[in-house]
Amino acid sequence: MSTSKIKKYGLACLSVGVVLGIILWGGFNWSMELTNNEQFCISCHEMKDNVYQEYKTTVHYSNRSGVRATCPDCHVPKEWIHKVIRKIRASNELYHKVMGTIDTREKFEKHRLELAKHVWKTMKETDSRECRNCHKYDYMDYPSQGRRAIKQHMKGFDEGKTCIDCHKGIAHELPDMSEIDPSATLLEHGAQ
Amino acid sequence: MKMQAMLKMVLLGGALVCTTQVLANHVQSLRGDSDLTEDTMAPEVKYYNKDGLPLDRDYVQQPPLIPHKIDGYRITKKHNKCLSCHSWKNYKRMNATKISQTHFESRDGLVLANVSARRYFCVQCHVPQTNAKPLVENEFQPVEILRH
Repeated sequence: MSTSKIKKYGLACLSVGVVLGIILWGGFNWSMELTNNEQFCISCHEMKDNVYQEYKTTVHYSNRSGVRATCPDCHVPKEWIHKVIRKIRASNELYHKVMGTIDTREKFEKHRLELAKHVWKTMKETDSRECRNCHKYDYMDYPSQGRRAIKQHMKGFDEGKTCIDCHKGIAHELPDMSEIDPSATLLEHGAQ
Repeated sequence: MKMQAMLKMVLLGGALVCTTQVLANHVQSLRGDSDLTEDTMAPEVKYYNKDGLPLDRDYVQQPPLIPHKIDGYRITKKHNKCLSCHSWKNYKRMNATKISQTHFESRDGLVLANVSARRYFCVQCHVPQTNAKPLVENEFQPVEILRH
């Protein structure tokens, strides 16, 4: 083979590779993004009838400026590698969808504490990474916060706390908290 | 005699109809004077006061008012958002006022280990304040010991 032929062949290979790469890589990311939006999340009734309805009453759904945080904004990491790991883990959710683990409100309520604990644990471990995609404490303007928020934020950050330590149940209803904070729960006393 | 009674009844009835009609003309529903088929003006939006210091009481037994917004604070059997700051366990850490000791008693005066069910629904007595103007004039003055 002459040098010019090798060059031609190499160039052809490279162009095919680039085009294929764009198609495959783009296709992969494109299909992953298809599963990364609210409409996809609430296509399953477990999400639509429970957590989505609760979320619709909160500030992350409707607020004065109309900026929204949709399901994946809080529940799927933005960084590629973390996102792929989360997507692989979602296969467990598919398994339970098939098994009907939480396919009624009663079953969902029964599992709510366990499900919430999973999310709290992840957020704690990642230092509330998904919250911080929007809420960066370096840029918080304390004077424009409320009297309580100023105190609690400064104190919390000093103590090395992360968003989820205090902001539980802001987008969905809380589970039965009697195990976590009995002082803020209605305990059964019998007829009082 | 019978005729007279009947006449009286008729006159009385007539007078009643007239007064009811006169009164009906002056009755104004809460939605204002507009006709049912027309769109009414939306009432002015009321704003809850921003976080502030505890508000003064006007009478000794008054449940303290809530000096902050409570948007989205849910009180359910599973959790009471108010108590996550105001319970005896949390108030110090949260810099909040603790709930009164009276909230730990059953209706028979039995002392309980946690908030009584009859005192659990905070907003039954404790309410936040808005910028709403009083609907009627009020000249109530607090007792001497509550005046500042």
